[in-house]
Amino acid sequence: MELKDLIKPENLVYSKSALLEDVPMHYCPGCSHGVVHKVLAELIEEMGLQEKTVGVAPVGCSVFAYNYIDIDWQEAAHGRAPAVATGIVRVNPDKFVFTYQGDGDLASIGTAEIMHACNRGENILVIFINNGIYGMTGGQMAPTTLEGMVTSTTPFGRNVDLNGYPLKITELIAQLPGTSYVTRQSVETPGAVRKCKKAIKKAIDNVLAKKGTSFVEVVSTCNSGWKMTPVDANHWMQENMFPFYPLGDMKDSVKGDNNAKN
Amino acid sequence: MAEYKLMKGNEVLAEAAIRCGCDGYFGYPITPQSEVMETLMARQPWTETGMVVLQAESEVAAINMVYGAAGSGKKVMTSSSSPGISLMSEGISYIAGAELPCLIVNVQRGGPGLGTIQPSQADYFQTVKGGGHGDYRLIVLAPSSVQEMNDFVGLGFELAFKYRNPAMILTDGALGQMMEKVKLSDYQPRWTKEEIEEKWGSWATTGKTATRKKNIVTSLEMDPGRMEQNNIRFQKKFSEIEENEVRYEAIQCDDAEYILVAFGTSSRVCQKSVELARAKGLKVGLLRPITLYPFPKKAIKELARKVKGFLSVEMSAGQMVEDIKLAVYEAGSTVRVNHFGRMGGIIPTPEEVVEALEEKFSWELSYGVKRSY
Repeated sequence: MELKDLIKPENLVYSKSALLEDVPMHYCPGCSHGVVHKVLAELIEEMGLQEKTVGVAPVGCSVFAYNYIDIDWQEAAHGRAPAVATGIVRVNPDKFVFTYQGDGDLASIGTAEIMHACNRGENILVIFINNGIYGMTGGQMAPTTLEGMVTSTTPFGRNVDLNGYPLKITELIAQLPGTSYVTRQSVETPGAVRKCKKAIKKAIDNVLAKKGTSFVEVVSTCNSGWKMTPVDANHWMQENMFPFYPLGDMKDSVKGDNNAKN
Repeated sequence: MAEYKLMKGNEVLAEAAIRCGCDGYFGYPITPQSEVMETLMARQPWTETGMVVLQAESEVAAINMVYGAAGSGKKVMTSSSSPGISLMSEGISYIAGAELPCLIVNVQRGGPGLGTIQPSQADYFQTVKGGGHGDYRLIVLAPSSVQEMNDFVGLGFELAFKYRNPAMILTDGALGQMMEKVKLSDYQPRWTKEEIEEKWGSWATTGKTATRKKNIVTSLEMDPGRMEQNNIRFQKKFSEIEENEVRYEAIQCDDAEYILVAFGTSSRVCQKSVELARAKGLKVGLLRPITLYPFPKKAIKELARKVKGFLSVEMSAGQMVEDIKLAVYEAGSTVRVNHFGRMGGIIPTPEEVVEALEEKFSWELSYGVKRSY
């Protein structure tokens, strides 16, 4: 049998989402962003949400997220994506609005905006990429940088007396009555990607059902910032990030549920 | 039948927003303008017109909510007072950079810093010259009565959407708190989804359909060549605004030898000063800029060729006076331009203004001719 005999629509088992644009991504090889973009694009397509969706891109490595998924987008100022998303969804309650933010954007400069959007229970999805470092600006300390972790602004490792403690913001978010589904995922193996996709699907379903804010953290690698090969970065994440940022659901409820198990 | 009411300036801003078909208001309390949101919350426009009102966690969040909602083609506004506008300035720059239409109201108070809650006009530079970063302009309307507080809400939105640029009503605590008779505007329906799609579908994030490309609302452009092109486009727009949108009022300027230039609350004071001066035999007129940007340069230039002096009367250390001087310079005139102002929340009296005019132009008044610098 020739190869060309195999390439037929009926033999197709996997293809790129039609919503993922045919443009080269600016992300470093090994970065987790591309995988999460793919999962999001697949879900928006599979759930038939393209016309309903408005994405809000952050400042950071994913500032150009709007170049990669074929939906309407708004680019927010650093940390302000949850406020921008609030503005969109409040005057367009029939839209599916999500923010896509990194740890510097969400857990440092934008702490007030994320806390209050989640506390109001805005019907939005928040995708939070936590790789413990500022990627775009060249590998500086993030609020989520682990103790002892070397970055360009903690060249001798994060010293908690000097720099404070790594911030488990997702645990804080899970305490807020406005949130419905709060989970921590990863995308370093095919199994993890499938689990993450399932979690994001559930989060989107919750938003569409107007259950409150859904929040999906994805513990990620930044092999360039961490100065590692992609494979080493995955191992380092498993050995160091996962024990401090344990994976799994933190809350599965509806907004305002005081008995929600956190 | 027109509806007349006795209302505070701040209340009128809220009422006018509802009536002009505004889709949303996002704000944060600050004296002396908190009545804007209080009036809206009490009126519950969401039950009447569907307008959304939301108290944000900060001015920073409020202006970014405006960005998001404006980016989807909706008619949205915010209001604040001086320190709050400083916090919003980041967002205002992004809104200008992303070319989004919206209405911002600054009910000024005395500064700098926390300053005072009394009226001031010391945010002229911030409003007219920038405030946020980058080469952008706001369309700035300066009401001088509660009636104009009403009228400029609709006008502000009209100009903002015409040029896809943020518009600002620059007023102050006196006009915000003052009660006057006002003729309220008629109700205009909010735009329907179809109308928004038709009017603003080429740029607003209304949801990507099969028939159009995705819309991206952003102020980011990494390629400096393209970023320069964006700036050239903005500047062209500002030239058009300067060409078409200048508004001012000239009171007794025709035979005037001295011109008071004042906007907002200080222009109200100056109306009385003109009367007092004329009673003394001084030929004084008042030029009241209604748009601070675009500034009524041409009117100043024409007057510069025939009058003996300009006195800029501002509730500040002298900010607009620089724009008057520029216009006079451009006219090739050497007529003197002086400033009189009170600061820190003090409103000048009409008598003080006349005294200042007599003192600052004593040479001209003694000799009856203009004096060059």
